[in-house]
Amino acid sequence: MAILVNKDTRVVVQGITGSAGTFHTKQCIAYGTEVVAGCTPNRGGETFEAEGPEGKKVAVPVFDTVAEAVKKTAADTSCIYVPALGAADAILEAVDAGCKLVICITEGIPVMDMIRVRRALEGSSTRLVGPNCPGVITPGQCKIGIMPGHIHKPGRFGVVSRSGTLTYEAVGQLTALGMGQSTCIGIGGDPVGGMDFIDVLELFNDDPETEGVMMMGEIGGNAEEKAATWIKANMNKPVAGFIAGATAPPGKRMGHAGAIISGGKGTAKDKIAALGAAGVKVAPSPAEMGKTLQSML
Amino acid sequence: MKIHEYQGKQIFARYGIPIPSGVPCFSAEEAEKAAKKLIDETKNPVVVVKAQIHAGGRGKGGGVKVVKGGPGEARQVAEKLLGMQLVTHQTGPAGQKVCRLYVEQGLDIARELYVGLVVDRERRRVAMMASTEGGVEIEKVAAETPERIITEHIDPLLGLAGFQARKLAFGLDVGRGTPKPKDTVKQFAATLQKLADLFVREDCSLCEINPLVITKQGDVVALDSKINFDDNSVGRHRNWAELMDKDEEDPVELEAKDAGLSYVSLDGDIGCLVNGAGLAMSTMDIIKHHGGNPANFLDVGGGANKEQVEKAFKMILSSPKVKGIFVNIFGGIMKCDVIAEGVVAATKELELTVPLVVRLEGTNVDKGKEILKQSGLSIQAADTMADGAKKIVKAVRAG
Repeated sequence: MAILVNKDTRVVVQGITGSAGTFHTKQCIAYGTEVVAGCTPNRGGETFEAEGPEGKKVAVPVFDTVAEAVKKTAADTSCIYVPALGAADAILEAVDAGCKLVICITEGIPVMDMIRVRRALEGSSTRLVGPNCPGVITPGQCKIGIMPGHIHKPGRFGVVSRSGTLTYEAVGQLTALGMGQSTCIGIGGDPVGGMDFIDVLELFNDDPETEGVMMMGEIGGNAEEKAATWIKANMNKPVAGFIAGATAPPGKRMGHAGAIISGGKGTAKDKIAALGAAGVKVAPSPAEMGKTLQSML
Repeated sequence: MKIHEYQGKQIFARYGIPIPSGVPCFSAEEAEKAAKKLIDETKNPVVVVKAQIHAGGRGKGGGVKVVKGGPGEARQVAEKLLGMQLVTHQTGPAGQKVCRLYVEQGLDIARELYVGLVVDRERRRVAMMASTEGGVEIEKVAAETPERIITEHIDPLLGLAGFQARKLAFGLDVGRGTPKPKDTVKQFAATLQKLADLFVREDCSLCEINPLVITKQGDVVALDSKINFDDNSVGRHRNWAELMDKDEEDPVELEAKDAGLSYVSLDGDIGCLVNGAGLAMSTMDIIKHHGGNPANFLDVGGGANKEQVEKAFKMILSSPKVKGIFVNIFGGIMKCDVIAEGVVAATKELELTVPLVVRLEGTNVDKGKEILKQSGLSIQAADTMADGAKKIVKAVRAG
């Protein structure tokens, strides 16, 4: 089962004709993801050509609007590569079109835009992942986003992270230890976004195919602290963690818009302490993430 | 992005938020002229000469001087302030050089309040905080007497509602002791609504007025302005470029930003070049974990081309502190062959003399490794992050 995406997921890619959209959609199709439509305004009627897992030719129709794409192809999930200043609107378009899951890869969306998106999502059943994230992958079934598919291996461990490449690092370690992944989700590096740690952990907790979870956080905000409280009260599977940025100086934005220690709050130290108190084993070094989860089994 | 008090006040003025009369000055003569102008206009002999730096705590640090002796004294004060290294609790020990001043009219202050807006990440709303404890560090108030801070969250659909503004006004009892309480309450509430509007339209990440004063006449005036902008929004604000003060920015960090890279200077001697912010932070962490000291944070991002990688390399090497470099790449969007080409090109052109450890993994990893191998350069390869960190720490210690 895994969570959020599987072999039956039908994807529409917004921004498919841009360079990032093109490159990564081809990789996702080659992985075996069911990309059924693309959407770029004014490019409707074109065909996006790619090759599936065994080199089989795939022709994806491109539409002007997500509404039309959903109507004509029954797409249920959107992946967004639209540039930053138009991306919030793209998210709202996908929600309006009836997508049940929207995965926004785009980095650099203005915070006020995301605050408005969250407001618009109140009362909606659509799930948002991201923005500023690598996407979601259920290994062997469906890859939506920019992660390198070949490092993943199907299995029983869930992975959730605020960082893209740090997730790949963890996945690489888990795969090397023979610990395949049920689903890997990048929740993104922005201060205001979609699904948070708790939202994802809830799904992993209820997923019969997930046996344990690896979670990677970083400085800034209090998402990890909130997750720790939730984990202590609800989680019935082992969770291992790592927090990036123990060496980050205060007040500086460390790449991610959300990775900033403000007014003394959001330090790695506080997060590590909160998680530890909740029974999460926190890896002392990023090289030991996989081993740390393994030690809890 | 941070801006100066005088620039923030110019924005306040655009939104109809009351500010004292003031003039930005870049020399002692300008300060003298400004003081004369203000004294003549306001018929009040008191002016305030304020150092303009991005950090807070300027008053305590000696950067804000009340002048009662006229334009001549204002000039003398300005001479002393300009060029000084102003040290405050927010600048760090080296302080910040004062190159700009703001000369402002003196006010008859009855009360000092605090109003601040910030993005509340947990509530996914802009939060407006108000407190009777103006003129002091708000973090101190939050830590010691949090009950003295009232907060309202702003619904993006509605803006700051009239009733919310009144809750804050009456919560702080702004009318108490003023000659015209009803009017003071009205002014205060209106100011808050204008601030809320400003915050959203100008794409701020922080907006503080500390202190927001009530004058003896019962008027509401913003005595200070601290505005930070959301860097993500630069594409829709053409005026930000001219507001930037290069003297306040680390030149390498600025160069990196222009090149589309994320760079933060640190204290150590091991340069890092990494793709992805989380992995870049983790790389700094693991270097420290193995006994080394990172010289910088650098996220080369996912779309970096060969030229950007070369630039990043040069940026790292421009610091004399750097005694070794660790390149740690796990390619998703970033392709390992692109990184490898950039590393090889930069190494050759810069005639690299410090040890270099490169760890590649992910998209096009085999192509990348091949390019490094074929280069004939003395690059130490590492397969894992731990291996790479240990190697670079060892190499830097040995060298």
